[in-house]
Amino acid sequence: MLELALFSLLNGLVFGMLLFMLSSGLTLIFGMMGVLNFAHASFYMLGAYFAYTLGASVDFWPALLLAPLLVGGLGALVERFGLRRVHRFGHVAELIFTFGVAILVEEVVQLVWGRPAKSYEAPAVLDFALFRLADNAFPAYKGFMLLVAVGIFLFLFGVFTRTRAGLIIQASLTHPGMVAMLGHNVPRVFMVVFGVGSALAGLAGVIAGPVLGTFPGMAQVLGSIVFVVVVIGGLGSLTGAFIASLAIGVIQTSAVALDLSLGTTAASLGLPVDGGGALQDLWRVTIAQVAPMLPYLLLVLVLIVRPTGLFGTRET
Amino acid sequence: MSAPAPATTRHVEVAATASWTHRLRRLGVWLAAGALLLALPHVVRNPVAVPVMNQMGIAVVFALSYNMLLGQGGMLSFGHAVYFGLGGFIAAHVLNLAGPGGLYLPVPVLPLVGGLGGLLFAALFGSFSTRRAGTVFAMISLGVGELIAASSLIFDGFFGGEEGVTTNRTRAPLLLGLEFTTDRQVYYLIAGWALVAAALMYSFSRTPVGRMANAVRDNAERAEFVGYSARWVRFVSFCAAGFFAGVAGGLFAINYEILTAENLGLNASGAVLLMTYIGGIGYFVGPILGAVVFTFLQSMLSDYTGIWLLYLGIMFLATVLFVPAGLAGLIAMHLPAWRAGRLRTLAAPYALTALVALVTAAGVIGLLELVHFVVSTSPSRTTMRLFWMTVPARTLAPWLGFAAAAAAGALGVRWAAPRAAAAFAAASRPPGAP
Amino acid sequence: MTPAIELVDVHKDFGGTPIIRGVSLAIEAGTRQALIGPNGAGKSTLFNLITGKHAVSRGRIRLKGEDITGLRPYAINRRGLSRSFQVTNIFPWLSVLENVRCSVLWALGYRYSFWQRVERARDVQERADAVLEQLNLTARRHVPAGVLSYAEQRALEIGITIAGGADVILLDEPTSGMSRSETEQVVQLIREVTAGKTLVMVEHDMSVVFDLADRIAVLVYGEVIAHDTPERIRASAAVQEAYLGVPQTTG
Ligand SMILES: Nc1ncnc2c1ncn2[C@@H]1O[C@H](COP(=O)(O)OP(=O)(O)O)[C@@H](O)[C@H]1O
Ligand SMILES: [Mg+2]
Repeated sequence: MLELALFSLLNGLVFGMLLFMLSSGLTLIFGMMGVLNFAHASFYMLGAYFAYTLGASVDFWPALLLAPLLVGGLGALVERFGLRRVHRFGHVAELIFTFGVAILVEEVVQLVWGRPAKSYEAPAVLDFALFRLADNAFPAYKGFMLLVAVGIFLFLFGVFTRTRAGLIIQASLTHPGMVAMLGHNVPRVFMVVFGVGSALAGLAGVIAGPVLGTFPGMAQVLGSIVFVVVVIGGLGSLTGAFIASLAIGVIQTSAVALDLSLGTTAASLGLPVDGGGALQDLWRVTIAQVAPMLPYLLLVLVLIVRPTGLFGTRET
Repeated sequence: MSAPAPATTRHVEVAATASWTHRLRRLGVWLAAGALLLALPHVVRNPVAVPVMNQMGIAVVFALSYNMLLGQGGMLSFGHAVYFGLGGFIAAHVLNLAGPGGLYLPVPVLPLVGGLGGLLFAALFGSFSTRRAGTVFAMISLGVGELIAASSLIFDGFFGGEEGVTTNRTRAPLLLGLEFTTDRQVYYLIAGWALVAAALMYSFSRTPVGRMANAVRDNAERAEFVGYSARWVRFVSFCAAGFFAGVAGGLFAINYEILTAENLGLNASGAVLLMTYIGGIGYFVGPILGAVVFTFLQSMLSDYTGIWLLYLGIMFLATVLFVPAGLAGLIAMHLPAWRAGRLRTLAAPYALTALVALVTAAGVIGLLELVHFVVSTSPSRTTMRLFWMTVPARTLAPWLGFAAAAAAGALGVRWAAPRAAAAFAAASRPPGAP
Repeated sequence: MTPAIELVDVHKDFGGTPIIRGVSLAIEAGTRQALIGPNGAGKSTLFNLITGKHAVSRGRIRLKGEDITGLRPYAINRRGLSRSFQVTNIFPWLSVLENVRCSVLWALGYRYSFWQRVERARDVQERADAVLEQLNLTARRHVPAGVLSYAEQRALEIGITIAGGADVILLDEPTSGMSRSETEQVVQLIREVTAGKTLVMVEHDMSVVFDLADRIAVLVYGEVIAHDTPERIRASAAVQEAYLGVPQTTG
């Protein structure tokens, strides 16, 4: 039992770190530009598809580098020729614009790569069990994912605390508008931040594609969760994004493993359960079934209690 | 407070005066709309038109209700389909209870049931989500939308699982002997309800709380200093929007006799945002135009191409980028030229621009369709039908041809568009101005 | 007689920095009260505390004898207190007429009603027309407020404040940024629209202050250092020293 919990925790950690790769870029973009980027997960999806295609012609390892670069470039272009244009119509227009980009990317992916899922696979060198816990194999590829995610985390942490650029970005998270006062070319900074954020999302896509699947709906599946993460963590807060990523990652993966329902719980406590009526489903539902709802429930609760999120200071 | 930007999503609320001529003219507009709706099935003789018009009617009510939030109240919702869908499910369940020996509930009243269902849930979720506008509101609406979508997969008793909930409108008791067996009979029901709902929503925008919704959208802080709680104003608008979304859901239940989880999902919420925005969120008629155009394109395009959603997506993005005021804004833009009697001077430059734009569009569409064909059909098929031609899709020629058309068209647009814009500027100048 | 506004030992900190440091002040009903003081003294902050925009850190605030500490702005407004803002704060996308109409709705009892139309409400129409006439904005009634000239927006700002008929009016620097002649017009307007009411006004133009005010309070570093009639304030050595610095020429 303990081993199973540990295994589940480890899986949650992998998923959580993956979420952080996405949420860090999203929260950075929001913090600096005030734009909640609906298309963020679309860049994640593009990362996976680019790597799939590149992997077929070159190999997984060059693709690991190339695909995020391509995605980052694309992100910068979207900022330069789209977002910058709608910026003057206000934040709602920006949100709607990124929503449109998300729709478009999904449709383009379906057009170019087709509707069925692609058999984008982990490289053969990593296709072995790293260790076993309670009869469950932990694949080496997941270890690799964790490694990359931790590497990115350390890299970001280093950039933010050690470099001038990082300090400027940090300052502008708490005091938007200050970048301009320091004499920086703000539109260029925005473009770069957007590009880097997109590239990070792309990298997440490259490494997650083989595990979570590479299909046209993958952006929507993860997109909403990433939103939940940054909003719960507090928009613009990297610390918040990190903690919320891990929390959501662990909660979701372990909830899936729990086969308890209100009915069985009540029964085991000796309470009579009346099985009929409109609420009968309520008794039958297991925690595993509710797992997909949990993040949204959490989101709504957090926003009711603390509209700034757990670590955020700003609302909009 | 900065002055409104020139190109904007909103038009300015110009107060209508209560003079008799104004009232008469407005009454005339509604009567004309009613007459048009009555005549439409007799004018459009194509048999597939009636189901499409039914769909349009439902979409119009839904989009108008959505704009009570976005355009009138400044609340960007990503979960409005929740109230449409829940209203529809409730209507479907109630319809299933109706019938001989059961509930006395004739079909024409059913949209009201859907509306009350939508209102109930809007009051529930609105109670906490309308505390703030802006990003927080948008995020809560997304969260609630996903929450309901996720629970629809769990609570089979209410949502009917994968198959959804089916119903049968012919089992319900009759009111005044009105039967609803054919699409055309349902058409009149939907048209009637759409007209009433539109009139009510228009009236709502003219009431004290409707006016304050605009004020809160513009400047929530100031509204609080003239006695109004911004939260309550938003809440009332939210409930009203939920009610009319539920009405649309009820109409949907009557028309299709089935509701599935898709009807309240994120995609349905996205679609209503799309159509409302394309129509123009700053104008009352915007969502009506948007819903009609969107539904029309949806039903037409889906017959001709498998990638119609891509085209709609492109259209949506183009609207956001180039025509943020939407179709209604585009029309309203030309009112000064029309009043000055100079619309005719625009015909030639506009036609020219439209022509080259069409060439570009044809080129792009051709390329996209070629890609779609090559990706989605087996390599053994080599020819496809495209623009009334048979095209050898796996040879270079059509690709080059369409690319050339797209490029030439784009160059043409770059040349023609500024001329059309100049002509527009000249025609819109107030009479007497130099 | 109960004062129109009474502040009892009001304090306000922003992030630990004390901005208002124990203000006690009673403003008699029906008087014109000026609030003067150097920039950053906390005059606007005091308005924000009285009108419920910010919560006090300590102390009580009473309006016409009723405790209003901690109430929301709309609740305070409904008790008959209305304010203008130093930085113009209007409804930019609504027409000028709509701006004024929205400001009279609650006061005329329309609340959140959704069963009657605004344009059929005769009392709203008449009140709005009268206010527009007073503001000299009748000809601009259908123009979006956001495109009005600066002076017109400032006039509208006052119009929104007084349209509801509140009997306690707070104006924050109503003449700031105006030319001599515009200032004179605004002073005339203020005199008209606040006749018989309690007026509290933050103002930098000393000629306006000594022209309009019955009483003057001097706020320096979050403390009221003097509260008296214009003559005595003019004569007060403490005020001269702390605030006026050099002798002012008036008129
Ligand atoms: N919301 C706020 N947050 C932090 N500091 C504030 C806030 N509002 C005002 N202050 C500070 O309080 C002081 C007084 O400001 P204010 O009341 O606007 O002065 P005045 O109106 O007398 O010129 C200033 O130092 C200002 O920076
Ligand atoms: Mg001030």
